[in-house]
Amino acid sequence: MTTPLSKPKRKDPTKRTRIPSLPPGKRSREAHGLTAMAAVGRFALQVCNECQKVQYPPRQICSNCLNDKLFWRDVNNGGKLLAETKLQHSNDTYFRDRIPWRLGIVIADAGPSIVAHLGEDCIRDQRVRMSLSIDRAGNAVITARPEKPTQLEEDDVQLREMAFNPKDRRVLIVDGKTELGLRIAENMVAAGARDVFVGSAEPWRSSSYLDKINDLERTSIYSLDVTDTESVKELASMIGDKVEILVNNSYHLRMGGLVDKFDINTAHDEMEIHYHGLMRLAAFFGPIMKLRSADGPHGASAWLNVLSAYALINNPDLATYSASQAAALSLSQCLRSEMAAGGIRVLNAFTGPIEDEWQQIAPPPKLIPDTVAKRIIKGLQDGKEDIIIGAVAEEICARIAENAKEIERTIKL
Amino acid sequence: MDITRNKYDGIAVCAPVTIPYTRYSLKSSHWFCGQSIAALIKRAKIKKEAIDGFCISSFTLSPDSAVGLMQHLGTSPRWLDHIPMGGASGGVALRRAARAVQSGDAEIVACVGADTNHVDTFRNTIATFSQFANDAVYPYGSGGPNSSFAFLTDYYMREFGAKREDFGKLCIAQRENALPVKHAMMKKPLNMDDYINARTIADPIRLYDCVMPCAGAEGFLVMSIERAKFLKLPYTQILSTIERHNAFPDDPIQYRGGWAIDVDEFYEQAGLGPKDMDLVQLYDDYPVICFMQIEDLGFCDKGEASKFIKDKDLTTKGNFPLNTSGGQLSQGQAGAGGGFLGVVETIRQLTGEVLGYQVDNVQNGLVSCFGMINYDRGLCTSAAILSKGDL
Repeated sequence: MTTPLSKPKRKDPTKRTRIPSLPPGKRSREAHGLTAMAAVGRFALQVCNECQKVQYPPRQICSNCLNDKLFWRDVNNGGKLLAETKLQHSNDTYFRDRIPWRLGIVIADAGPSIVAHLGEDCIRDQRVRMSLSIDRAGNAVITARPEKPTQLEEDDVQLREMAFNPKDRRVLIVDGKTELGLRIAENMVAAGARDVFVGSAEPWRSSSYLDKINDLERTSIYSLDVTDTESVKELASMIGDKVEILVNNSYHLRMGGLVDKFDINTAHDEMEIHYHGLMRLAAFFGPIMKLRSADGPHGASAWLNVLSAYALINNPDLATYSASQAAALSLSQCLRSEMAAGGIRVLNAFTGPIEDEWQQIAPPPKLIPDTVAKRIIKGLQDGKEDIIIGAVAEEICARIAENAKEIERTIKL
Repeated sequence: MDITRNKYDGIAVCAPVTIPYTRYSLKSSHWFCGQSIAALIKRAKIKKEAIDGFCISSFTLSPDSAVGLMQHLGTSPRWLDHIPMGGASGGVALRRAARAVQSGDAEIVACVGADTNHVDTFRNTIATFSQFANDAVYPYGSGGPNSSFAFLTDYYMREFGAKREDFGKLCIAQRENALPVKHAMMKKPLNMDDYINARTIADPIRLYDCVMPCAGAEGFLVMSIERAKFLKLPYTQILSTIERHNAFPDDPIQYRGGWAIDVDEFYEQAGLGPKDMDLVQLYDDYPVICFMQIEDLGFCDKGEASKFIKDKDLTTKGNFPLNTSGGQLSQGQAGAGGGFLGVVETIRQLTGEVLGYQVDNVQNGLVSCFGMINYDRGLCTSAAILSKGDL
């Protein structure tokens, strides 16, 4: 059984905080093919189009038939642990700070031998299941766990570096005045979050969701208005050093197009909340989280933006909303780059239409907020980078990959 | 069509030189190469210009290669080779230089394996070792060769029942062999308790299973026997060589090396067998690799190395003199110099120019090299049988 995660202790102010460092980040272009697969939680390796040989490490030429047509395909993630070691010495600062570090060499059912980060419960000669994870430097790595999930395996301190189980972590949910905000809070509490901080803007406006959040255990509500720089700054100075997972679920959706329904005020509000709001959060929470990424197994770890899949392609029925989401997505890529230097991972969830008061006329299938919340938690637990939620979002991604010009011309609510 | 490989008739290997090892050095690899070539010239009492071929191996010469080194040293050879095979480079340099001289492409070839070691050299070398290493092993704990050999050792011990005591016996004997060598990194006698209880580096590898990275160089000359005699240089002859890269790529984990493919041809060319070897130098960056070589080079069957060495005395006084100057485990690993150490020590023993203990009554010596652990296994193997030349 995995060693249970130690309970977070009150910090000893006389002790040195571990300074963030990153695992080695140098990768070839081919190896970033793994990162693309890891981002969406696939276990895919290069397969030769000609002879079907599965290749690893990534390369440009098939090691069997020298064909250069290698494609990323999902392969069986099973294997057998052939040999293992527990490093007590490392040449790299990141690992030196974290030894002992367990590694194994796995013979994959798919063919190749794979060096993998090893979960505590893996046993030599026994079956393991592998996954593609993303390490703190933002690059894909292969992790191995026992074939059958074991008790407390999510407590594994080593693998927790690559996944963001809310258990024992403190979470900030930016907007508590939506049903999604409520459901995320509920599911965070259920997943064992140590503290859930929930933001609330516009104090004059009551919210039944906020009332329910108020009743949740380990949950507290703070004034937070992402359109107000001072408000963000104040909350960051108050709880910024406690936030270990930040969920930016800022949400402002109004129907309408561009030429046919010119509404600069709506567009302005959407940008203010989705784009400038993200900027403000990044400016004040970002630096603090970056400094705390190595602060023990409970340090700051992930930043998750809840975006619409329309960030990926403009839906003319939600023209300005889509544009503001695209702006936020673009900014999130910069955020990922800047936060990576401090070992904080930036994740984006892409949702289809949600069943709420602002998307009444969107046709089904629509997502129940609780489903979205559960998928967000699961995405964090798996350490995914892009969490695609629901049939509509999945279809949008598939269609963009297939023919972006086709979806651009035909997408509507 | 069956083509018989040519023998190395008429070729002399001589003038073993060693630039003393130091843990760290402020000097560059160019300095170690240059010092080696100066030492070779001095030893052979020839002019710099007399050397018309160079075979260089070095990790730390970068951004230069052997080409830039020639300008650095003011030499104009008509034959130049740069061998990027790390631990296997000594054996490979030997056979290439021999063919160059045999064919008349060069008259005297200087073979040098040299590397410096600044405080950050080793880390930089392993952090940028190869594409596969960067992509698929260094980000996994950054243990360098320790973690890769930990896998191989773990697998070997379990598969073939080898015990740490068996590895210990080899390490202890090598340490004894190293004691009179002045520049050896490890100069204190080693006992089994120290070996067994040393601090763990990467389970099951402990401290004394590992080599100490250091700076230093090894070199030798290859020329015709006539010339060696004219220069009055004691020499050795090459009876056989082999070289192999990326052997057994389908083995899920390495438990044998390229020697196993080429071993029959190896002894056939020499007209000798394993029993005829009076001393053996094996590449020893970790003891498990010595065990593999003992098996793959036909001294015993696969998995039997523990049993084989049980009743053997591996010291220079013993019935199976192994790594007679202490090997890299005791002398240190001078980068690519480590790939030359075995060749140079074999020449020393056969020409009576030892730095440590001389093995009595030696006629034939076997040297085996292993290099470039890349991703999950070592890729390059080479070996040679040298015999004492008659002056």
